[in-house]
Amino acid sequence: MLGRLSWAAIPFNEPLPIISAAVVLIVILGVLGIITVKGWWPYLWKEWITSVDHKRIGVMYFTLGLVMLLRGYSDAIMMRSQQAIAVGNAQGYLPPEHFNQIFSAHGTIMIFFVAMPLVIGLMNFAVPLQLGVRDVAFPVLNSVSFWLTASGALLVNVSLVIGNFARTGWMGYPPLSGLAFSPDVGPDYYLWSLQISGIGTLLTGVNFVTTILKLRAPGMIYFRMPVFCWTALAANMLIIAAFPILTATFVMLLLDRYLGMHFFTNNAGGNQMMYVNLFWAWGHPEVYILILPAFGVFSEVVATFSGKGLFSYRSMVLATLGICILSFMVWLHHFFTMGAGADVNAFFGIMSAIIAVPTGVKIFNWLFTLFRGRIVFSTPILFAVGFMVTFVLGGMTGVLLAVPPVDFVLHNSVFLVAHFHNVIIGGVVFGVLAGYNYWFPKAFGFTLDERFGKASFWCWLVGFYLAFMPLYVLGLMGMTRRLQHIPDPSWRPLLLVAEVGAVVIFLGILCQIAQLYVSVRTRESRRDLTGDPWNGRTLEWATSSPPPAYNFAVLPRVETIDAFWEMKRRGLTAVEPAYETIEMPRNSPTGFVTAFFAVVTGFAAIWHIWWIVILALLAIAVTVLVFGWSENREREIRANEIARMERARLGLGRPA
Amino acid sequence: MTIATIDAVSGGLARGRGGGGPAPTRTVVAYGFWIFILSDIVMFSGLFAAYAVLSGNTAGGPTGSELFNLRNVFIETMCLLFSSYTCGLGALSAERRQRGRFLVFALFTFVLGAAFLFIEISEFADMVSKGAGPSRSGFLSGFFTLVGMHGAHVTSGLVWLIYMVAQVIAKGLRPHVLRRLLCWSLFWHALDIIWVGVLTLVYLMGVG
Repeated sequence: MLGRLSWAAIPFNEPLPIISAAVVLIVILGVLGIITVKGWWPYLWKEWITSVDHKRIGVMYFTLGLVMLLRGYSDAIMMRSQQAIAVGNAQGYLPPEHFNQIFSAHGTIMIFFVAMPLVIGLMNFAVPLQLGVRDVAFPVLNSVSFWLTASGALLVNVSLVIGNFARTGWMGYPPLSGLAFSPDVGPDYYLWSLQISGIGTLLTGVNFVTTILKLRAPGMIYFRMPVFCWTALAANMLIIAAFPILTATFVMLLLDRYLGMHFFTNNAGGNQMMYVNLFWAWGHPEVYILILPAFGVFSEVVATFSGKGLFSYRSMVLATLGICILSFMVWLHHFFTMGAGADVNAFFGIMSAIIAVPTGVKIFNWLFTLFRGRIVFSTPILFAVGFMVTFVLGGMTGVLLAVPPVDFVLHNSVFLVAHFHNVIIGGVVFGVLAGYNYWFPKAFGFTLDERFGKASFWCWLVGFYLAFMPLYVLGLMGMTRRLQHIPDPSWRPLLLVAEVGAVVIFLGILCQIAQLYVSVRTRESRRDLTGDPWNGRTLEWATSSPPPAYNFAVLPRVETIDAFWEMKRRGLTAVEPAYETIEMPRNSPTGFVTAFFAVVTGFAAIWHIWWIVILALLAIAVTVLVFGWSENREREIRANEIARMERARLGLGRPA
Repeated sequence: MTIATIDAVSGGLARGRGGGGPAPTRTVVAYGFWIFILSDIVMFSGLFAAYAVLSGNTAGGPTGSELFNLRNVFIETMCLLFSSYTCGLGALSAERRQRGRFLVFALFTFVLGAAFLFIEISEFADMVSKGAGPSRSGFLSGFFTLVGMHGAHVTSGLVWLIYMVAQVIAKGLRPHVLRRLLCWSLFWHALDIIWVGVLTLVYLMGVG
């Protein structure tokens, strides 16, 4: 009746997970209770859960990413503490069985449920505004994407309480993740949550490529698009080309586990290295899916806060597209030790090193943009400058690792761990936080507190260096990754420094929470009434903060790069335009309902409760069919209503 | 060239360089669905790659040349290719708002697709009954997954076709129904392209 699900699945005898799960459960129930008592459900349902507005969906993505950042961070601090304690005779407080789940969950969560939602959140919010249009190509699909991502995140967290998570590392390599060596539910939680959220991400890719290529304001030819839109285009093309590979790979591993097939098994003709190859054929483009939009944010931030146009826009675009293509030709550098031979390794080593060229072009473009600019040292530009220094370091250790003989020595060491945290924190996280500080006033209509913003930047920067520079050294000293117990006491001092670094990063997170709290409390004094708090250059600053549901009452006409800057330079027209009726997509519960049944499907499949799987899949099919039958997906906003809203926004009188 | 001159050249739309503003819904929908199909083909390419790697790993079990029956595969291929032909004729009828003709061609398409599926399922059943099921060897895992995934796509295409016929009967060939039909026929043709790959890589090279 309930497959392999029983009370034994809940780890009552392990205090640590059960206590943390109880705390999380109490917090969730508390939040739900407050929402119910205050009667906020109708508002949440109408304005957020069923919303298909790209700005709202962007905010929800970003919120999901921030919440999951706390979860991923708590995994990180647990690992750092274990490694700081469990030296020599001491065994620490985490048994291997638990430690292995924590590092697997940390990687999975940070990549799929922190970095991806944060980056996709920024794209959702900013891209249609920058393109000067009213929504993405498929607004309801966008909502489906978000809720499927949230479903995956939920399933990962359920594994805390019911059953266990994978102990395989975030890549889930077979044969360890296969049936023979992991007969438990751990890899199934991993596979189903990533399959479900992966479909959401793929649909995002389809949606955004279509949006950027087919929906732009009149006059916005490709070479007038803001650089962030270019990087979003590149990232979403990578999603379309890479995520289906991951889907196919996970299908195969699932078939191995559920139907006893032999794709990646040790026996009967399976091939484990095929999994590793397929995984990284997705995995390497994935890191560019994350970093390219961050590059886009920095391009916007550097130009805006230098008060001048981006240096060499065209080379920036070409570098972006170059990286986009090269990212598919380097996957083997993740496993030079496979033994593919000198020729193959040399090819992939050289291709990997070549990626440094377009990346270098970008770094110089940003530097030359700053050069002789009137730099305003706000929080976003601090993150941008911190990024440039940190990312160059991470890039150089990357080029070092791209040399196969060096990689043979450093493979699987904490040197590698230091390298990819260097580029992901110093690149993606700094980029996302710069974007957060940059676009927050556009999203909510008031600016964020600069004091706490700068404090959070310094904590993140110093914390990063303290936490990860020791790992470079430890890697060279021979420490491998994922150690539950430290055999060599001489590693301990550096591990303690890394622990301090992790705490400093936490101070950075606390500063951000404080920043948000203080800014909300003092929002009246920090209202952005102009819609253009930073003297911006691109079209998102041409509308009010927050923008109306329809973004632009009249689609702007674009005649140059940095369209809004040009409009300001020429002087805004005082003539009131002739408003026309606008069609906007109606809200739809399709996304939420589909995702609800996707969670049920995933959970039931993990526990082999087949009758629920069938019912839930039928429910998803019915939901899709009902949506597929619908008409009148749009509602009209009449011209006189738009005129009224626009006049109120511009402080004009009532229409005559 | 300024926008004004571009507009003058191309009648105000400047489509060539993408400066003409948001594209019409029909273009956006078809384009988006086409991108989705591309992603589906990438997914298949993962399965093709896996099959190519595993095709020799028979683990002492039967090989392709012992299992495949090219006569059946030929009939399957003909069914699928002709179903694409009738699908195309159906699409033309729909564009001309000839509902009756569209329904006749939809029926042909459905029957041909179902015949393909029937042959495939009986082939699978026959192999399993001979002890050559998907868990026998890496080669057979790859075979059943790749060919089965294509079959699953054909199945969902048939379900979708019934659903589209229902929409045409209930609502007529209105613009939003036509857009959905366009997506469906893109999907159906894409399955042919993938089948050509399956036919070549799995069956012809497997027997040869």
